Order: sequence, then C-alpha cells, then structure tokens
Amino acid sequence: MAHVTLIGNLRQYTGDVTEFEIDAGTIRQLLRKLGEKFPELAPHLEEGLAVAIDGQIYQDALLEPISPDSEVHILPQIAGG
Amino acid sequence: MAKHHVTTTVNGDPVEYLCESEQSLLDCLRDELDLIGAKEGCSSGDCGACSVLLDGRLVCSCLILGVEAEGKNVETIEGMAQGEELHPLQRKFLEHAALQCGICTPGVLVAAKALLAKNPDPTETQVRYWLAGNLCRCTGYDKIVRAVMDAAAEMRGA
Amino acid sequence: MQERVKKPQFDVVGTRPIRPDGVDKVTGRAKYGADLKMAGQLVGKVLRSPHAHARIKSIDISKALALAGVKAVVTAEDFPGQPSEFIPAGEGVVNYRDMSNNVMARDKVLYEGHAVAAVAALNEKTALAALDAIKVEYEVLPHVIDEMEAIKPGAPILHEDMITTGVTPAPTKASNISKRVEFNLGDITKGFAAADLVVEREFKTKAVHQGYIEPHACLASASEDGSAELWVTTQGHWVVRAYCAKLLGWDIGKIRVTSSEIGGGFGGKTVVYLEPLALALSKKSRRPVKMVMSREEVFKASGPTSGGTVKVKMGVKKDGTITAAEAEITLQAGAFQGSPVQPACMCAFANYDLENVKVVGFDVVSNRPKVAAYRAPGGPISTYGVESVVDEIAEKLGICPIELRLKNAAKEGTRAAYGPKFGPVGLVECLEAAKESDHWKAPVGPNQGRGLAAGFWFNIGGETTVSLQLNEDGTLTLMVGTPDIGGLRASLCMMAAEELKMDVSKIRPIIADTSSLGYNFLTGGSRATFSSGMATVEAARSIVKQACGRAAKLWDIPEEAVTFEDGMIRPAGENAGKHQPMHLSDIAKVAGKTGGAIVGYAAISAQGAAPSFGVHIADTEVDPGTGKVTVTRYTAIQDAGKAIHPSYVEGQYQGGAVQGIGWALNEEYIYGDDGKLQNAGFLDYRIPVASDLPMIDTIIVEVPNPRHPYGVRGIGETPIVPPMAAIGASVRRSSGVRFFELPMSPPKVLKAMKAAGKA
Ligand code: FES
Ligand code: FES
Repeated sequence: MAHVTLIGNLRQYTGDVTEFEIDAGTIRQLLRKLGEKFPELAPHLEEGLAVAIDGQIYQDALLEPISPDSEVHILPQIAGG
Repeated sequence: MAKHHVTTTVNGDPVEYLCESEQSLLDCLRDELDLIGAKEGCSSGDCGACSVLLDGRLVCSCLILGVEAEGKNVETIEGMAQGEELHPLQRKFLEHAALQCGICTPGVLVAAKALLAKNPDPTETQVRYWLAGNLCRCTGYDKIVRAVMDAAAEMRGA
Repeated sequence: MQERVKKPQFDVVGTRPIRPDGVDKVTGRAKYGADLKMAGQLVGKVLRSPHAHARIKSIDISKALALAGVKAVVTAEDFPGQPSEFIPAGEGVVNYRDMSNNVMARDKVLYEGHAVAAVAALNEKTALAALDAIKVEYEVLPHVIDEMEAIKPGAPILHEDMITTGVTPAPTKASNISKRVEFNLGDITKGFAAADLVVEREFKTKAVHQGYIEPHACLASASEDGSAELWVTTQGHWVVRAYCAKLLGWDIGKIRVTSSEIGGGFGGKTVVYLEPLALALSKKSRRPVKMVMSREEVFKASGPTSGGTVKVKMGVKKDGTITAAEAEITLQAGAFQGSPVQPACMCAFANYDLENVKVVGFDVVSNRPKVAAYRAPGGPISTYGVESVVDEIAEKLGICPIELRLKNAAKEGTRAAYGPKFGPVGLVECLEAAKESDHWKAPVGPNQGRGLAAGFWFNIGGETTVSLQLNEDGTLTLMVGTPDIGGLRASLCMMAAEELKMDVSKIRPIIADTSSLGYNFLTGGSRATFSSGMATVEAARSIVKQACGRAAKLWDIPEEAVTFEDGMIRPAGENAGKHQPMHLSDIAKVAGKTGGAIVGYAAISAQGAAPSFGVHIADTEVDPGTGKVTVTRYTAIQDAGKAIHPSYVEGQYQGGAVQGIGWALNEEYIYGDDGKLQNAGFLDYRIPVASDLPMIDTIIVEVPNPRHPYGVRGIGETPIVPPMAAIGASVRRSSGVRFFELPMSPPKVLKAMKAAGKA
C-alpha cells in the first residue's frame, strides 16, 4: 500500500483527512480510488494536480507506476514563467 | 492629404517612398521599405530597438519623421555586414552569446557601431553609458559589453 | 569570469558553439511578431477602458462601422460566453470565462486598459478613427488597487460571485479573496517554543512587469471554410491554439499557429490577448489582420506579476538551527483570480530543511491587469521576505549568512514544506561555491555592503514532440515545438550532435508550427532545454537504431550484430571487421533505396524535472545625498545540473539577476487615486540599463539530474529568485538601514536613512 499525503487545500474535501494508505499501481488508479474514497474530492482531482512519488514530482502522467511501498504526495500543479 | 514623396539613401541604395506627414522613419523603413531589422519597442525614444544612423548620427528612428530622411543617408542593421562578411561587432556578438531573444540586438549593434566610429578604444564605463539608451531585458548587458569591448580591440588590431 | 564547469566529458555538450539562429539575429533578418506582412492585411486596434472599474451600459459601434475603410468591429458579443470552470491547460489551471472576459470585457471593465472592442481597418489612421467613433456608455464604479485594501470589509467587489475557496465553512458573501491556501509541516507552536530567538517581519513588494522589449504582436488570417492561420510571438503556440479555439468556439485542428521569433517573454507570453481578437476580426473582414500592442498597452493590459504582502516569522536556536517557520502571503491576482500564490507558498521555505512550517496564502483580485507568469512566478516575492528574515537572524546571532544557511540547507532527503522529499539537489554545493568565490573572499569596498541570499525553483517537464530528419547528404533537420527565447535551438542541436557524434553545424533546427508536429506545451517553467532535450535525445537514438537496422540489412547480418561507436556504424561480435564501417551519411545516401527516409520522432510527456537552487552575492553602495543604490559587484551561483551551452546558461543567470535588481531597486506599477497607471512607459517604469550595472559574474554548479540523459535541470527561473533579498541584505550593510519594502528606490532609501540618522 502506498502512503498518500494530501497537500494544500484538498483536505477540505476529505473531512480534514490528509494521510492514508491506498493500494494503487499507477497514478490513474490512485486518483480513481481517491475519488471513490472521497466523493467530494473527485471533481477536484482533475484540477491541475501534481503527484509526487518518492520525491519525484509528476504532472500529466496518469500511467506512471506507483510501487507498493511508495510515498505519494498530491500537490498543486506547478507551472512557471 | 496627399502623401509625401521622399528620396533618400538607405544602406547605400537610393530609395524612394511615400509617407504620411506623421509617419515615423521607423515605420517608413519597416512598412514602406520592408526593412524590418529596426524594431519598435516603445515608439517613444526610450528603448533604442529602432536605432539607425542618420548621416552618421545615432538616432531613434521612432522619433524621426519619415520626411526628415529626405536627401539624407540612412544606415540600418541590414547594411552592417559587408557582403558575406559579418561586421566584427556582429561576429563578436555571436561568439560572446551577447544576445538571447535578439530583439534588442539590431539596435544595440547599430549603437555600438556608432560608438566605435567615435571612440575606437572605449572603457567599460564608456560602453555602458553609450548603450544606456538601448534596453535589453534578457542579458543583463554583461555579454553585450564584453562583445563590444572585444570587437573594439579586434578592430583596433589590438 | 570564474568557471566551475568541469572539463567536459562530452564532445559537444558543454562547449560553446555559435547558435544556429544567430546570424539572422545579428543581421536583422530574423522575423519577430510584428515583422510579417501579408497581402491585403488590415490593421487591428483595441478600444480600451479609461476606467479602473465600471459597468458597461452600452456599446454603439454603428458610427465606427460606417467609416470608410473600417472592415470589422468586434465586441464581447462576438465571442461565445464561457462557463466558469477550472480546466487544466497551459500554465496550470485556467478559467475560460475569466480568460474570455479578460481579452474582451463583458458587462464590466475591471481595470484601466481592459479591452472593450476591437476594429480592423485599411490603415492605422482609420483604425484609430474607428476607435474614437465607438460610443461606450459606462457607469463608473468605485475601484480598489491595493491588495490589503481589497480584502477589507466594504471594499468594492469585482466579481459578485467570488466566494473564497479553501475556507471552511464556505463564506456566504462575495469577496475579493478568490482562495486561501495552506501548507503545513510538523507543529509550529512546538517549534517556536523551542526557539531562542524569533524574528517576525512584514514585507511589501510592488507589481512589476516582465518588460520584454518586443510588444505582443500577431497576424491572423481566417478563411471562409473555417480554417485559420496565426503568426504570433508567444512562448507556446500550441497553447495559443487551444486558447483561441476555445474562446472562439473553433476546431483546434483548423487553426495553424506559427510562432515567430520571440523578443522576450519571461512568462508574459504564455497567455492570449490580441490573438483571439485578430482571428475574430479576420473572420469578419475576410482579410488578414495584424495587431501590435503599443508599449503603453503592454504595461496597462498585459500581465505584470503580483505585488504582495508577505509576513514571515521564524524561530531559531542560538546555534542557528531553525526550529519553526511561518508565513502569510497575500498576492494581487489582478482583475481575475489566479495569482501565483500557491508556488509562492511552496517556494517560501524551500531552501531549508525544516520540521515545523506553516504557510498560508491568499489570492486577491483588484482593479489591475490580470497577472501573468513572470520567471519563477511567486517565488521571488515570498523568498524576498524569508531570505531577508534569515539575513536578520544571521546578523542578530552573529553567524555568517552562508554558515547559517549551510546549517539549515535543504539537501537530498530533506522533506520540502510542500510535502515530497528532495532528490539530489545542489544548494549546499552552491553555498560552498559562494564561500569559496573570489567575490565572497574579497574585502568589502569602503561605504559598501555585501549581502547574500538563496533561491529555488521546482522546474517542470511536460508534453513535448520533436522530429529529427536525416537528410540524403547526412545533414539533419531538427523540428521542435518549444519557442526559442534564448539559445534553445543551440542546446538541442548540441545534444543531438553529441548523440550522433556529428558536427553540430550539420544540424539545422526550426521551430515547427502547430500543424507540423504533435503537441508541445510552452516554453516556460524552465522546461524547454530539459523536455525538448529529452525528446531530441530520444529522436537521435531512434535515428541511430534505424541506421543500424539499415546497415544490418545491407550487410545481411542481424541487427544486434551492429553497433554505433564514435560516429560510425560497425559490425560487431563475430562480424567485426567483415564489413566496412559506415558513417551516418553513408546510410543517409542509401536510405531511400533501403526502405525510405530515416526520421526520428519523439512524442513524450517529459517527467523527471529536478529543482535548481541558486545563491547570489551582491555588493552595493548607497549615495547618502540622494538615496540611490548602486550595485557595485554581483555574482550569481546556480546549479544547472548540466550546462549544455554554458554561455546561454550564464546568460540566464545574468539576465534573471538583473531583472531581480530592477525589481529590488526601481521597478514598480504606480497608480493614481483614480485607479490609473501612472508610469506606463519605459521612461517612468525604469528597467535597468547598461550604465546601472556592473558585470554579473556567474558560477555554474553542476549536480546532475539523474533523470535527464545529460543531467539537465532547467535554469531559467531560479536566477530571479534571490536578487531582491541579496540586495536588501547588502543595502542593510551599505546604508545601515534594513528595508522591508520594494523597490528600494532613491526617495524611499533617502527617507529611511534620514529617519535612522544615517543621511
Ligand atoms: S522604438 Fe524607438 S526608442 Fe523604442
Ligand atoms: S536579447 Fe532580448 S532584449 Fe536583449
């Protein structure tokens, strides 16, 4: 099970839960399971998020694999100038 | 009102164009003569992107009227290279990576050429003050100043 | 100039060849946004609001349309209304309703310069006369400019439906705060309790403009069949295509966007302003329409970055260990939501390895132009506050600012306050390089002061497509889709040349249009060299593989028995020596007869971007008579991962540093009580000129990014992050006064020095 932490404002859709374990093989599966677990969160998972797996930030990478013991952070998407 | 007929010399070539009274030399070069090397960054004399030489004098072509070029000698960036040979300033700008986006480059080169014509051996401070009318937002001027100094040295045969 | 670039272990990467687009740029041949002409083109102009905030009661365009030579007029009615929803696109998340209402005001104008109508006419004179002939009836509304005024109860509300998000329970009344964000790590109460010293300060920064020398410009040509071509100066033409298609309700595939050479962007050319208007005018007039902003329009109607208020509180033990850090960051978004407050919060303490952090941010709308990205958006603002407090802590504890930072520096394994742990990063290496630099070791000049600050940016990857064609004679053509603002094409050709063991001058790059390549996200976020480099390397490797395959066929040996070494395709293993090795150009010659052209194509979503840390050192001198601050010496040190073309890496460090110097000392949007911008020109909005500056020394540190084939991190953003605090720290020592507000312009410095009895 990957250890998932929600960063920033997403906690308002999870009843302030920010850390949990989720069994997911890819970012896509992770987001889908998150949406199932917290239906209020589901619509916001489309909104410019980044996912960090073991420190490396991924953006627009739904198929990126997540290892069973990965540390995962869900954070705001990063752009730049 | 009828347009003015202007006869002038640009980069050694005799040219003629028609322009409105209020049309700037910059607009005439770009729109009437298709010489797009001089750029418009502000149209108020503040950025130097439109720099050209008018009878050897460095001017902001956005502040000169098209009609003022009558009978004069205009030099633009397009006339800087001699045949297939780049001017030493142009070459040094490339070697020193003295441009990033390059929009300021034509103006800076024309201004630098005017400086070296007056003062073949400028100090760093003289280069900086001479080029103070040419804004560059990309480079922080470091490599521009180095390129101008290096070109000056080469042109002096130093 | 000092160099820390290690002896290149590569043939091409790390050298300094002449850029392939260089000659065109020193001869005036290069075509920028305003440099293209089409037969029959019209001139497009925009009518802009004279008011900071007003309701549009009516717009009468009939007189304008009746003028001879006026070919089309558009207003908001010509654009389909967009729902207010947040959609990931371009720079993070966009709201197309806001974007549409920003390019053409609907119902209300929200800032001076807000577009209300646009015309296309035979020439500029007629177009301007048409603007005069448009009658707009306004009901002027009270306005608010400052972000702290905008959040006060009773402030004029810009958007009646703006309910602050990120607050529970959700407010019921509209306000100018679009959202509140919060980032937490550990427990700051415990952290502050463990501190021996707590420093708490409030900082103010002003809105500043990217200041690219080339104004926004485009040339649109729409056809009766619904297709259209657009020539535009932009950091991302695929993004422009998507935005225009959405705002106009057109098919993406029917719009072909070509990016011109771009005369600077720095984040400001990542959005659309004129482009949808030009397309709409062209469609209506059935003629090409060219639009170019004036400098005044650039200042009034294109994005500056936010000004803001930053409160910072940090606790530290006597030995310099930081025990807790807290910040509250309020940023101006301009007239529509979307300041870079989120990255500002995330960058705030990124330089440090901390256990207890709390950062809260507010995104605030007011009657200013909508902000656009500007180099490391948000980062410089929060970092200015935090690094200034760190400097004050160093002073109070009597610890060297470098040692204090080294003690707390983020390194591999540090958990960033925004969650994830850092991989290999180079802050410690940059601090060590600073300590060893000639600059730091040199004595400080008389009447001068020296300051230092660190900075960080995330860097990103993203969608990227390139195509690399092996031509019949063995030369190559590289097609990329990320506009080249400052030497990108050179770096990409160098990586391809390195892979193919070729002379870099044999590779000719172009920036392809949107119909010639798959999707490319924009040049921004310091992603272009990283992402397009990754794709270029992949395409080059594909060429090698294909060429080896052709050789195998020619030699009648298995593909595995062919290797590529030192630029030659050779039979390997038991076949070694049995066939004459072939050069890529030999394969190129026979490609047509052995299966067709060899083209390497890479369409990727680049992942694995890695942060870049930097440390800047500034020496300043203050004229006690005028308050003018002069930067006398400056060094920018930064981890590039790997510098592909060191000259252009140095150029980024120097250019970013100088933009930061401008931000620190001179630049600011100045508003009158009437809500109008008072300095919309380069004379009064003073960006640094050559005579203001010393040489900008650079030190390139290279801690390779393990996820990039050459170790590239991305370097364009970070250089603007440290300067304001570095100069603030320096001015503290040269003037004797610590400043908490930017810019440190002469009148303010003089006043503060007088108050402190120093002038
Ligand atoms: S365009 Fe002439 S000085 Fe700027
Ligand atoms: S190189 Fe871009 S403005 Fe000078």
